[in-house]
Amino acid sequence: MDQPHDPLMAETATATAGEASHDEHAAHDVSKHIRAYVLVGLTLIVFTGITVALSYVNFGTQKANVAVAMLVATFKAGLVAVIFMHLSSEKRMIYRILIFTVFFVLGLFFLTYLAWYDPITR
Amino acid sequence: MEIPYTVTARPDTGLWNAKVGIWLFLASEVMLFGGLFSSYVFLRLDAPPGAWPHGLLNVPVGTGNTAILILSSVTVVMAWASLKMRQLTRYKVYMGITILCGIIFLAVKLAYEWPQKFDHFGAFIKQEALEKYEPYLGNHHLAERGLPPRTEISGHLHNHEALHDETVKEYEVALDPVNADPTNPLMDRPHFLPLAHTDKIATIDKADVEYANMFLPKHSTYFATYFTITGLHGMHVLGGVLVFTYLWLPVGTKLYKRNPEHLANRVEVAGLFWHFVDLVWIFVFPLFYLL
Repeated sequence: MDQPHDPLMAETATATAGEASHDEHAAHDVSKHIRAYVLVGLTLIVFTGITVALSYVNFGTQKANVAVAMLVATFKAGLVAVIFMHLSSEKRMIYRILIFTVFFVLGLFFLTYLAWYDPITR
Repeated sequence: MEIPYTVTARPDTGLWNAKVGIWLFLASEVMLFGGLFSSYVFLRLDAPPGAWPHGLLNVPVGTGNTAILILSSVTVVMAWASLKMRQLTRYKVYMGITILCGIIFLAVKLAYEWPQKFDHFGAFIKQEALEKYEPYLGNHHLAERGLPPRTEISGHLHNHEALHDETVKEYEVALDPVNADPTNPLMDRPHFLPLAHTDKIATIDKADVEYANMFLPKHSTYFATYFTITGLHGMHVLGGVLVFTYLWLPVGTKLYKRNPEHLANRVEVAGLFWHFVDLVWIFVFPLFYLL
């Protein structure tokens, strides 16, 4: 936010300086990731099978079964976010947005918890 | 007018503009689905014992749809990678598969899963009449095993007019296996493969029924949340398919010829949305189909 650059200048500079070499670099970078994408896809499908199988295992209480399933789902969601959505190497701006998102969504679930626990009338 | 920063980074954010835009949009989407999921948690935690149904959805079909969505997530990221490597034909193939996966997912939902629910009937029995219908509910058996009670009898409704006609005094139902053989230990837990309704017909007196309806959103809290969340999710899938189709058509090729990086970035942004839709489904599937 506080950089002194003239944005127009900066754009023309990057556009002219590294067009060809940037392209090659990007293509090489991407081809390295393709294996990872396929592996993550397979892992996700395997873990879908695991989720289904675990749902027929009795972990004692229904709550425990829900907890196990949510743990697996969180792991899968993490894989999607980190690999498919490129969060493993994103610019700081994106993380800033996401920190706020996480804060507010946790706040939302905390409100739900408060409403259910109902500390005032209980 | 030339739109600025479609391929080059804006110096203050370090990113091309659409990337920041889509992440801000996804942040708002997290709150949208977060609101619905937290309502789900609240409603479910407060449901009386036995009131939250299990095993009503078709697990193999749901698992298949999950796999289709995961496959489409792989192909869309491959489509983007192909553009980065400047392989237009490969892009078209991968994007085509992605679109096809989205359409299959929606078709299974709208043409198979939902209509099947709309055709399924359930009647909640009044507390005082539970004993009368014990042969269909098996609550003594469940109590012995420390399991929550059943209050609903479900199956295929023979006399549909009973839903609207007040002169019809009873429902005639071809019972689901769980109500046909309620004390069978096999019925204590949901099955992976769905069981068809049986030939055993039950007559349920309307006077004994608290509430009865087809498996529509108004049938129960469970179906209200199920149709709301999967409906909204389905609309997201439809939105993604429409955008992908636009990028796949000759318009996309034209943009590629002019500036391939611009098309790659558009595909990346649409792909980020698609991965988010997949991510939501990762939570929807176990919560509604399995638990």
